[in-house]
Amino acid sequence: MLDFIQSLVNGIAAGSAYALMGLALTLIYKTSEVVNFAQGEMALVSVFMTYLVLDTYGFPFYLAFPAALVFSFLLGMAMEFFVLRRAKNHTVLSMIIITIGMEMILLGFVSWKFGADPKTMPFPLTPYDAFIVGNIFITKLETLTLFCALFLMAALFSFLRFSRFGLAMKAVQQNPTVARLMGIRVKRVLLFTWGASSLTGCVAGLLISPIVMQPYMMWDPMLKGFSAAVLGGMTSLPGAVTGAYLVGVIENIFGSYVSIEFKSVVAFAIIVLVLCIKPSGLFARHHVKKV
Amino acid sequence: MDRKRDYYEDVALFSSGWEIFWFGALLAGLAVFPFVAKNYYVYMANYMAIHVLVALGLNLLTGYTGQISLGHAGFFAVGAYGTVTLMSAAGAPFLVALPVSAAVAALLGFLLGLPALRLEGPYLSIATLGFGITVTKVIGKLEIFGGRQGMHAPDLVLGPWTLSTDRDLYFLIVTITVLFALAARNIMKTRVGRAFRAVREAEVAAGAMGVNVSQVKTVAFALSAFYTGVGGGLFAFVLRFIEPELFDLMMSILFLAMVVVGGLGSIMGSITGAILISWLNLTLRNILEIPYFGDWLKELSHSFFSITGVSNIQFIVYGLIMVGIMVFEPLGIYGFWLRTKKYWKTWPF
Repeated sequence: MLDFIQSLVNGIAAGSAYALMGLALTLIYKTSEVVNFAQGEMALVSVFMTYLVLDTYGFPFYLAFPAALVFSFLLGMAMEFFVLRRAKNHTVLSMIIITIGMEMILLGFVSWKFGADPKTMPFPLTPYDAFIVGNIFITKLETLTLFCALFLMAALFSFLRFSRFGLAMKAVQQNPTVARLMGIRVKRVLLFTWGASSLTGCVAGLLISPIVMQPYMMWDPMLKGFSAAVLGGMTSLPGAVTGAYLVGVIENIFGSYVSIEFKSVVAFAIIVLVLCIKPSGLFARHHVKKV
Repeated sequence: MDRKRDYYEDVALFSSGWEIFWFGALLAGLAVFPFVAKNYYVYMANYMAIHVLVALGLNLLTGYTGQISLGHAGFFAVGAYGTVTLMSAAGAPFLVALPVSAAVAALLGFLLGLPALRLEGPYLSIATLGFGITVTKVIGKLEIFGGRQGMHAPDLVLGPWTLSTDRDLYFLIVTITVLFALAARNIMKTRVGRAFRAVREAEVAAGAMGVNVSQVKTVAFALSAFYTGVGGGLFAFVLRFIEPELFDLMMSILFLAMVVVGGLGSIMGSITGAILISWLNLTLRNILEIPYFGDWLKELSHSFFSITGVSNIQFIVYGLIMVGIMVFEPLGIYGFWLRTKKYWKTWPF
């Protein structure tokens, strides 16, 4: 029983990181129907910039972390402004390819600059500080990640639901042309969305960096976050978070009871099964495009 | 491009005498090449030819049928491991092992095509991506496939010949590639190929006109996986050693890059794209050995970047090419060629 609760806790902890990535992906998909494969690498760049600022120039944390968030916001906006906006045809495939290309460029630069060997992020929390409740370990970092994920979900959700700007984002998603005719600055909305999404990803990256820090650190969270977002229906923020916790919990329970070796692929198997039954994920209504 | 006057002209494999002439010239060039080129270039040609096979297969799926796949490294691995295992563990001859493992890949493609019937866009890409990662993981864990240590390819015996050098392999690989390229071109001119394109353009409309959409999609997946499986089977002999880490997500991405760079939905496009990307893949590995540029790069890495990570420049190059193609010329090299041709046709005016 104790094992079970421990793997449940581990699953929730892993799920929090996936949830942040899933939120970031969902945010962009929600407004522009672009699957942003570069999400992980955008966060990676922000994390390594933070590392550079902290480690090489010796800035304190309370300056470096807000600076990282601002940097990631600008990076996201730059991606939209310089690359996505310039694309000629906005089909799903070409958008996927552009973001994959951006991912490779960013990954290439980061691993050229920093090499492949792992680094240690001078983070105020080590991954070993833990609360022990009963016989269950919960690290402080995991708790922080959980709160960040839930806070960002609540913040983004209420922002989208209750603010005028959120309404504008919804309009842009449903029909960009009509949104433009109604006086919404579509391009500006997209610019902001990319910034916000990049910021969410950066939070995820910073919270992962004490555990693992090397150029490929964001691949697994990014893919799992993507699975989570797909599971949640790609357009629903609470859906993405729920999907992320489902993925995290299932994969940890699978890892401790069935086979640790296939732990990392079980998520994809679940996704395929779920998508067979509900082709648009758990929390979105399936709609067939008209001819 | 050109006007067709009747149905038979539309389905003919070659549309003009010039095309037959150029094709003959290409065949002659390919036949002479291994006798004049250095050994490394023959190896390079083998490497390229295999990637041409894969790009053709992926283009049938992504370019012509419009179904994205980020898991083709999985089919590639199935082809490679299937062929090697059948030959070394079961003692099957090469001519049996290759088609059987390609057929296994095709079967997996068919099975992957079943969920794909209901999926599109991001949903399809995550499903195929998951498939590719899973195949590599499973192969890496099974002892029969050598686990993490990988496997050595056995001697390739083909009837009375033992193909041991790159030059021997060249004839086998290039023959297969040329035949498969012709087959792909021919498929695209038949009823099946037209059905593929109809499904890409408008699924519902295609269904309304009597195209069996689910059949077309699964057939496209299976066919594409078959091409990739054959490529994988040959790849094992070119590399002589295979390990699970080779067939990672990056490989699937590069396959997709070949198709996109060459041109979605064109046979010539897949060929040029595959040649370009696999050439870059081989060249950029030793980027520091390029004269002048390599030295300059070394300086640059020393002062601003790190020298250990310099091989990662290849990712930057691929990324720039992919983004550049999508932003400036969505039809890829083939689109560029079409525009050039059109421009010169009416040149002085």
